[in-house]
Amino acid sequence: MGTDGLATGLAILSTVLVVAPLVAIFVYLIYKGASSLSLGFFTQVPKPEGEPGGGMANAIVGSAVLLGLASLIGVPIGISGGIFLAEFGRGTKLANAVRFTADVLNGVPSIVMGIAVYSLIVYRQKHFSALSGGVALGIMMIPTVTRTTEEMLLMVPHSVREAALALGVPNWRSVLSITVKTASPGIITGCMLAFARVAGETAPLIFTALGNSNWSANLNEPIAALPLQIYTYAISPYDDLHRLAWAGALVLIALIVAAVSLVRFVTSRGVLKGAS
Amino acid sequence: MGVGIEVGNLNAWYGANHTLQDINLNIPANHATALIGPSGCGKSTFVRCLNRMHETNPVARVTGTVRIGDLDIYKDAKPVEIRRRVGMVFQRPNPFPTMSIYDNVAAGLKLNGYSNRRVLDEIVEQSLKDSALWDEVKDDLKKKSGASLSGGQQQRLCIARALAVDPEVLLMDEPASALDPVSTSKIEDLIFELKSQYTIVIVTHNMQQAARVAEKTGFFLNGRMVEFDSTHKIFTNPSDKRTEDYITGRFG
Repeated sequence: MGTDGLATGLAILSTVLVVAPLVAIFVYLIYKGASSLSLGFFTQVPKPEGEPGGGMANAIVGSAVLLGLASLIGVPIGISGGIFLAEFGRGTKLANAVRFTADVLNGVPSIVMGIAVYSLIVYRQKHFSALSGGVALGIMMIPTVTRTTEEMLLMVPHSVREAALALGVPNWRSVLSITVKTASPGIITGCMLAFARVAGETAPLIFTALGNSNWSANLNEPIAALPLQIYTYAISPYDDLHRLAWAGALVLIALIVAAVSLVRFVTSRGVLKGAS
Repeated sequence: MGVGIEVGNLNAWYGANHTLQDINLNIPANHATALIGPSGCGKSTFVRCLNRMHETNPVARVTGTVRIGDLDIYKDAKPVEIRRRVGMVFQRPNPFPTMSIYDNVAAGLKLNGYSNRRVLDEIVEQSLKDSALWDEVKDDLKKKSGASLSGGQQQRLCIARALAVDPEVLLMDEPASALDPVSTSKIEDLIFELKSQYTIVIVTHNMQQAARVAEKTGFFLNGRMVEFDSTHKIFTNPSDKRTEDYITGRFG
């Protein structure tokens, strides 16, 4: 009992330490931000400074556009890269180079990513744009998606691959239809992690999407984003803007949780059913 | 229908490890042939050479000839074509974990581009009947995943999956070694049924099993085939001293 009890106690303590900051942040956000949430917050664009009211509707939509764009870039490239690393390129020099590059890319500070995309796209086009913001976030998603895809594919038992090959299924088909499918719950988790990580990024958007206090759905124009709007309000001198920033942070986290839960729900049903 | 297998001067290597040396052997059509021998003697490597699964390991190499029916499998055909004609059942049941029972059985056909729903339904039903699993799963074909079955059922599912692509030869690499006695006897009954339609090669650690299911038995030791004869002769009056020592339990 003694040692067992101690181990259990330590495990419980660690769990509390892990969960406590998240709960604390969430409670604090609700405490600070919930009172500023209103219908207007979700339907109106920001009011000029000094005027009361206004919301972040354009920033919510803008974040959705940016994240959709980022996922369109980051998920397919990232998953393809992971498949290459784990299956087709295993042991080759190119695969080692790709893996190393992905790890380095993962460590590049997000502000640097913003500057890089600024010089690649914004500087050449001579204007800030939603497109460049999506590209910056998309590139940031790639290494996480690639490395988790690789890890998850390597966890698929060898016996499952052998079963497919022994049926006379060509290797490429076995990889795509059997190995990737078997690993898909883990791959989806990787995509969700990457998504949640870039959803809160502010720095890469400062040099790319820029922010916009009005409606815009044009990919070639600057676009608003929740993190940018929160940042702008948080450094302003006005108390009611601070409250709106808190509300924005609360909405941002809630939307991330909702998006991740939705994807999990939809995909887990598909996988469990196992029907094609 | 099953076809015979002729093996001539077969040698196999894993890297520098010479795991099979000069194997010569004729396996008769529509019979069950057992391969026995201690662990590491090369019997698993041998069956993996018969459907070219051996070469999925990049360090593996093979020389010699294997004729299955009228096909020289190392000369005339690609590995994927051979594996459709030579089915394989592995030591541990390995159903595709994300697929339903139905999709597991249909996998070989579907993944090779076959999609006629009505024909697939028929083949799945027939394969599950041939593997004596139909009555236990017919109500949950598309509802349950293959991984939700018991170990013995999973192994019969894997047999059904192998049969669904209509092979001529069925290789079984210790198919019952991970199963309980009841499931084992079901698999053995099944081998008895199936050999009228397929040529069966079964690797086994269990000598009673070889005696029960196989007409012919080959004894492998240290990468060589010591003796190949009728099962009755191997177990009652082997010609080689080493075979006798092994079956009487003096080693292995």
